[in-house]
Amino acid sequence: MANPLRSEVFRLYKNLLYLGREYPKGGDYFRDRLRAAFARNKAVEDPEQIKALIARGEYVARELEALYYLRKYRAMKKRYYED
Amino acid sequence: MSGRVLVGVKRVIDYAVKIRVKPDNTGVVTDGVKHSMNPFCEIAVEEAVKLKEKKLIKEVVAVSCGPQQSQETIRTALAMGADRGIHVDVSGKDYENLGPLQVSKILAALAKQEDAQLILLGKQAIDDDCNQTGQMTAALLDWPQGTFASEVSLEGDKINLVREIDGGLEHIKINTPAVITADLRLNTPRYATLPNIMKAKKKKIVTVKPADLGVDVTSRLEVLKVEEPPQRQAGMKVETVEDLVVKLKEAGRV
Repeated sequence: MANPLRSEVFRLYKNLLYLGREYPKGGDYFRDRLRAAFARNKAVEDPEQIKALIARGEYVARELEALYYLRKYRAMKKRYYED
Repeated sequence: MSGRVLVGVKRVIDYAVKIRVKPDNTGVVTDGVKHSMNPFCEIAVEEAVKLKEKKLIKEVVAVSCGPQQSQETIRTALAMGADRGIHVDVSGKDYENLGPLQVSKILAALAKQEDAQLILLGKQAIDDDCNQTGQMTAALLDWPQGTFASEVSLEGDKINLVREIDGGLEHIKINTPAVITADLRLNTPRYATLPNIMKAKKKKIVTVKPADLGVDVTSRLEVLKVEEPPQRQAGMKVETVEDLVVKLKEAGRV
């Protein structure tokens, strides 16, 4: 029942852990917050709720990618292009 | 045309790392420092993958020249969508002296060997800022070049390119095969996420030596010294214009 979702949750967790390594405030900071967030929702049973939480996790992943891209873009723009 | 694109990727010190010069002034500290793919190379890989997704080209081959660790950079390119990788193994002293001239000779040899239709490179590397490899490669192959590309579109066997130049934007049309170097605004590179990296493990990376390609990697340049830029002097505040003139005279500037 919760089994197919279980593997999705694991996949999300591993993905976020991987993305979080480059977090500006430090990979450890991110990892601690990630584990706390997942631990808080440990008891959730309802598949609909789990899907909603997974969607939120994927949203965070997209936000992280955007953050990393913007940081890099702004750094390159500042270094190589005169305004 | 083979529909094959060669993308050069370089492993450089990560852009966010604070660079430190070695105490003996021979270079920059690289041991234990985070390395990643040159940001402009990421843009080049993204463009190649986009062309493949639009079905305008058939195969994307990622190439990197350097020691064993360069394979990580190739893996990132594979995770972004390249089909296979070629690692040109250059290590030790040869790697320290590896510059655009040697890399462009290697890329030219590979382009002939792989029958490439297009070579995509980043416009410059953030560690040496040479901005030479693309241009030299095109010259060695006698191919047209589209440098500082901010827009690329294929039209039959020609390429329409928009270049970012000092005066604005330049629109040119060049024949294939060609060399294109990517500028910052060409595209937004995708992030190599964990699932893609896992999938990329199945893709092949071939290792070759420069000698196999008939390339001599001896450098014509010798690095004499590497030092930090001079520390910025603190500014001085003055009360009146007369004080300013006095201070300027003292500094010998007036």
